[in-house]
Amino acid sequence: MTTHVPQGADHLRTDESPPERPVSQTDQSSPDAAFPRALVWSDERVGTAKGLRFALKKVFPDHWSFLLGEIAMYSMIIALITGTFLTLWYVPSMGHVVYDGDYVPLKGVGMSEAYASTLHISFEVKGGLLIRQLHHWSALFFIVGIALHAARVFFTGAFRKPRELNWVIGVVLSLLAIIEGFAGYSLPDDLLSGTGIRAMNGFMMSAPVIGTWMTFFVFGGEFPGEAIIPRLYIAHVLLIPAILVGLFVLHLALVVIHKHTQYPGPGRTNDNVVGFPIMPVYAAKAGGFFFVVFGITALVSALVQINGVWVYGPYDPTQVTAGSQPDFYMWFSDGALRLLPGWLEVNLFDTVWSFNIFLGSLVLLPLVWVVMGAYPFVEAWVTGDKREHHILQRPRNAPTRTAVGAAAISMYLVLALACVNDILAIKLGLSINDLTILFRTMFFVLPVLVFFVTKRLCLSLQRHDRERVLHGNETGRIVRTPEGRFFEAHEPLDEYERWALVDYDTPTPLGLTQGPDVDGRGVARRRSPLAGVQAAVSSFFYKDAVRAVTPEELAAAHHHGGEHEALEAPGVPQLGAPVNDSTGDDDFSDSHGSSVQAPSGHR
Amino acid sequence: MSFLAARRRSPLALLVLLFLGLTFTGTAYAALQTNVPPGTSAEGASQEQIDEGRELFLGNCASCHGENAEGNGEAGPSLYGVGAAAVDFQVATGRMPLPAPTVQAKRNVSQVHFSDEQITALAVYVDSLAPGPDVPEAQWLDTAEGDPANGGAVYRTNCAMCHNSSGTGGALTRGKYAPTLMGVDEQHIYEAMLTGPQSMPVFNDQNITPEEKRDVIAFLKTIEDGANDQGGHTLGSLGPAGDALFAWTIGILAFIGAAVWLGRKAA
Repeated sequence: MTTHVPQGADHLRTDESPPERPVSQTDQSSPDAAFPRALVWSDERVGTAKGLRFALKKVFPDHWSFLLGEIAMYSMIIALITGTFLTLWYVPSMGHVVYDGDYVPLKGVGMSEAYASTLHISFEVKGGLLIRQLHHWSALFFIVGIALHAARVFFTGAFRKPRELNWVIGVVLSLLAIIEGFAGYSLPDDLLSGTGIRAMNGFMMSAPVIGTWMTFFVFGGEFPGEAIIPRLYIAHVLLIPAILVGLFVLHLALVVIHKHTQYPGPGRTNDNVVGFPIMPVYAAKAGGFFFVVFGITALVSALVQINGVWVYGPYDPTQVTAGSQPDFYMWFSDGALRLLPGWLEVNLFDTVWSFNIFLGSLVLLPLVWVVMGAYPFVEAWVTGDKREHHILQRPRNAPTRTAVGAAAISMYLVLALACVNDILAIKLGLSINDLTILFRTMFFVLPVLVFFVTKRLCLSLQRHDRERVLHGNETGRIVRTPEGRFFEAHEPLDEYERWALVDYDTPTPLGLTQGPDVDGRGVARRRSPLAGVQAAVSSFFYKDAVRAVTPEELAAAHHHGGEHEALEAPGVPQLGAPVNDSTGDDDFSDSHGSSVQAPSGHR
Repeated sequence: MSFLAARRRSPLALLVLLFLGLTFTGTAYAALQTNVPPGTSAEGASQEQIDEGRELFLGNCASCHGENAEGNGEAGPSLYGVGAAAVDFQVATGRMPLPAPTVQAKRNVSQVHFSDEQITALAVYVDSLAPGPDVPEAQWLDTAEGDPANGGAVYRTNCAMCHNSSGTGGALTRGKYAPTLMGVDEQHIYEAMLTGPQSMPVFNDQNITPEEKRDVIAFLKTIEDGANDQGGHTLGSLGPAGDALFAWTIGILAFIGAAVWLGRKAA
């Protein structure tokens, strides 16, 4: 008797059946019969089947909001493909040339090779303008997609344990994306992009003490110099994309490792994922979505001009054009500069301290991403919740978080809109000075307003959910009792619908759970110095939370109407009809009569 | 029966007529745009013209600018030395007489109340009080002679910071603005550079030579004729602001619409 000893690559294979005989495609008895020859070949050498089995079995739940991240992913892929095309013609050089191309209004004008080659791509390379526009539109949609995806993850609480790290990676990805975008739109060296680089130059110069040295280091001397375009180019085509793609792969790998989150619903628990495996359904859907995204981007790129560099002319430090704005993802920083008052620039110790620029750029830019990255940890600290969460929260079921997020977005929007104050002024016929005052006020007032309005909206939506769970849907059917009273009949929710409304929990404020400061013997408990703050923030988050309906509450609600009836209408054995329920109590106003509509089995 | 007579009752005749009517009205309107003859100044003007101009001035302008154009404080500046060019620019573009005191007089071509002869009379009258820049000679308005590329360079150095590199205008302080330069008559562009109306600085002939002014006009007419309209709809030539508006409205709706559609699609 001999035993099978795995040889060569056999141990890589997960298949239990030993591959002792050659497998043929026609041999239906073989377990490998369904596999294509190429797969078998690669499985025997590198163990493809194991990895594929894991990957293809991955289950994705179906929801449109899970596709928002895919918009970003596919736009990134489109940008990578079109960007590669552009590198074949683009010349990253500040070398001086005199334009002699097809575009008449610039003929004979001196410019950099970077700008001339961009014009060459736009007007002479076949399909060049379309690819350029595809590249720029897909870059914008990439960041739009990231913003939408981040908002989805934030407002549904998908960043909670165990996904905090992936949230941080996503935050870093979004920062890299806007830096990549900035580097990209700076490359054509037209008047607008040069103005953008000039602004960046000013940002760096505003750094206290080291500003000037840093600027000279980055620009290789005085602005603009000859070095900045080649340096931005290598950052744009190699450095940042490499990190971006690397982190993106990690981001996706973590999605696979953590399994996908899902919205609450019947049959969905913290321990499963309800959806479709990659093969064949999800591959078709996601693959199809790639073509949908590509199609929309191509359509937009073919019909709508973006960044017509020929309009702006070549960069010249002595020139500037009205309506100079960066691409939208840099607006908030530029807007902050437009709002910061000039008196923040002070002279101290024989040095100029440009806080009017420094605060809006070198402080604000990192601060936004640090706050975003830190949020999951702050919330975990506030809740004291160490559990894993794989079921998403509906935004209304985390009212304080939703309100904080909405307030932050409103703050961001105020800054972003302040960056287009000149466009708004001419388009709306307003004074730019009035707009600046309005935005300065709004920066402080609007977030507070938005916070309270959003929180109240969430709480009332939650109460509405409770109402529906406990008393059913309003039917609009008015029932008149024999006594002449009226009430509206309610229909109970079916169990599937109810599940989605009750499957959430709300943490208790920590101050209520951690007990008194001294133990039974009067000895002070050992507390962290921040425990007081933690309890206060926790109370701010959860003190007025509307809790989900518990099974006991539901039973009590169903029982409630019955009790009255039992007491006051003892002669009525069947409680199924509205008339019976109405035998005279004061329950009509609070619609408890609805329980009558429930099947008698619920009683 | 002739070819035309046979077809005059065809339903297409109406369309053809309508087309011709619109074309000729438009062309005639463009051709008849009120303009003072090139080179107008008080020199060589007849005394009758100057007298007619004085009559018009007293009736339409004196209430703000004073009976002798000496100015009236905040209501209206003195017109000594503004020249025939300034009068032509202000009156022929419909900015003056000002209908109501606002931050800035608005271009209003459809509300010009004077004929060419009347504006000429006004211009020579004001020029006769104290000489100023003349209405430009025809040779400086011939865009065929101009170099749009050089004009573009001059334009970006001197004009783009307010009027935008695409000539569509921009905001100034306290509700004032640099108007769009699209659709503005060559003569009026030249006169604006020469006289510096409202918030605009004066670009005299030492600053921007007449040849360069002609180049600037040629550049503006080139982009007015669509030289910049490459690669699809320009979204109002607003730069990244227009792109952002598009991306966050139509773009985002298309993507989310597709996502919702795909999310609902049964497997």
